[in-house]
Amino acid sequence: MALIECKDLSVGYDADVVVENLNFKVNNGDYLCIVGENGSGKSTLMKTLLGLQPPLSGKIETGDGLLPNEIGYLPQQSNIQKDFPASVWEIVLSGCQGRKGIRPFYNAKEKALALENMEKMSVAGFKNRCYRELSGGQQQRVLLARALCATRKVLLMDEPVSGLDPKVTAEMYELIDSLNKEGITIIMISHDIAAAVNYASHILHIGGTYFYGTKEDYLKSNVGRFFLSEAGEGGLANA
Amino acid sequence: MLDAFSKIGMYMQYPFVRYALIVGVLIALCSSLLGVTLVLKRFSFIGDGLSHVAFGGVAIASVLNLTDNMLLVLPITIVCAVLLLRTGQNTKIKGDAAIAMISVGALAFGYLLMNIFSTSSNLSGDVCSTLFGSTSILTLTAGEVWLCVALSVVVVAIFIIFYNKIFDVTFDEAFAKSAGTRVDAYNLLIAVIIAVIIVLAMNLVGSLLISALVIFPALSAMRLFKSFRSVTICSAVLSVISALLGILISIVAGTPVGSTIVAVDVAVFFICWVISKIRHT
Ligand SMILES: Nc1ncnc2c1ncn2[C@@H]1O[C@H](COP(=O)(O)OP(=O)(O)OP(=O)(O)O)[C@@H](O)[C@H]1O
Ligand SMILES: [Mg+2]
Repeated sequence: MALIECKDLSVGYDADVVVENLNFKVNNGDYLCIVGENGSGKSTLMKTLLGLQPPLSGKIETGDGLLPNEIGYLPQQSNIQKDFPASVWEIVLSGCQGRKGIRPFYNAKEKALALENMEKMSVAGFKNRCYRELSGGQQQRVLLARALCATRKVLLMDEPVSGLDPKVTAEMYELIDSLNKEGITIIMISHDIAAAVNYASHILHIGGTYFYGTKEDYLKSNVGRFFLSEAGEGGLANA
Repeated sequence: MLDAFSKIGMYMQYPFVRYALIVGVLIALCSSLLGVTLVLKRFSFIGDGLSHVAFGGVAIASVLNLTDNMLLVLPITIVCAVLLLRTGQNTKIKGDAAIAMISVGALAFGYLLMNIFSTSSNLSGDVCSTLFGSTSILTLTAGEVWLCVALSVVVVAIFIIFYNKIFDVTFDEAFAKSAGTRVDAYNLLIAVIIAVIIVLAMNLVGSLLISALVIFPALSAMRLFKSFRSVTICSAVLSVISALLGILISIVAGTPVGSTIVAVDVAVFFICWVISKIRHT
């Protein structure tokens, strides 16, 4: 049984269908990259997977004992309030809200888990700092630590490296890769096709063209070759 | 200065002054607690809209000659809070437009009602005291004080019990939802508490000035502190101090209670703003 399986899934807003007829499954330990142009519906698909909005049609099935609230989520940066007064500790601890349930306060175990994940993401040194005063890369690691408090199984990430410089981007990819090697399933939206094919085990390409399959098949497919060569040219043009 | 102290000491002998201080402090405490959430969720305008609705409610109550207008005003305000929150999530009518409609409508309707049906000889005085706070804070009965104490205890208890959830839904609603937190239910809870606080605070500062009581302490605290917990505690402390100072000043100087408290709040905000500027240079 797959961890997450989508059958004939259509996502969108009310009457606006953004993506139709998606069929794919994510198995335990997979590293799935969702790629596609701006506005192709990547974030919409992710929100639907998270249960933030209902699917327009089709089904999302979860298996392997995955509960709906056991998914860690790293939102697209723009969604977080910029001027919010919150310490790093408060934010990471809030990742345990799903475990806590209706109990009013966090217990010692949850606090230990938050601390452990902060150390793992090397943000424990900023424990009492204000979130909005951190750099972009530090902020992303704080949110990643929060997401890790919510799950031991699946992480959903919406463009985790947008706005980061090349060095921090590379570090972020390594960090995500090491989490995947520890057995956490990764579903990531990315604009960076080159990095996607480097790290991912599976690719889902949505938008004008549709592709779902392993990275190897993607590299051999027409879609993959076309977009990779385009990304390559873009890279050359930028250099 | 000494004169002022002895004057205050003298006034303290009167139960009505003590009642006013107790009620004033409690209302200031309650209204500041949710201020941070309201400001950060961009909900501050809901407070404003609701206070106008409460004004309309008072107008209806006075036309119906109800002795206890709380019984009518509280349910009306709660219902409107829930409605406003619903339309805020609905994309068809923009949230802020809906709030403007309801709040201005309630204001006009309330004044109209008072004008047509009022038997009072001093109509503009009545309206003015409903809008800007009346001297009714100085004529509280023991029963009203107890009601206020009870409601405040409930509000503070709910806030403490749901403190972590309120943080969760304020900081990142999408993440909270993905973690299985019932965001809609907590937003509803927040709206209902706001409605209760607004109705409570009507007596103190009047319906036009309530937003100030809710928003200023939070904004002041946000200049000084950087974690949610310290901002919340600081805004509660600032709000209580401002209310105490404001009531005492108004007693000594004979100024209107509500506007004096808000004036102190504004002054505190400027002090905090200056401190934060000095710190950053
Ligand atoms: N809240 C919304 N209501 C209605 N339509 C929306 C909403 N959010 C996005 N859309 C539309 O849905 C489509 C897909 O948007 P989405 O945010 O999923 O794109 P994306 O693939 O994540 O793009 P990007 O790469 O820029 O993040 C767009 O055409 C957008 O205009
Ligand atoms: Mg997106």
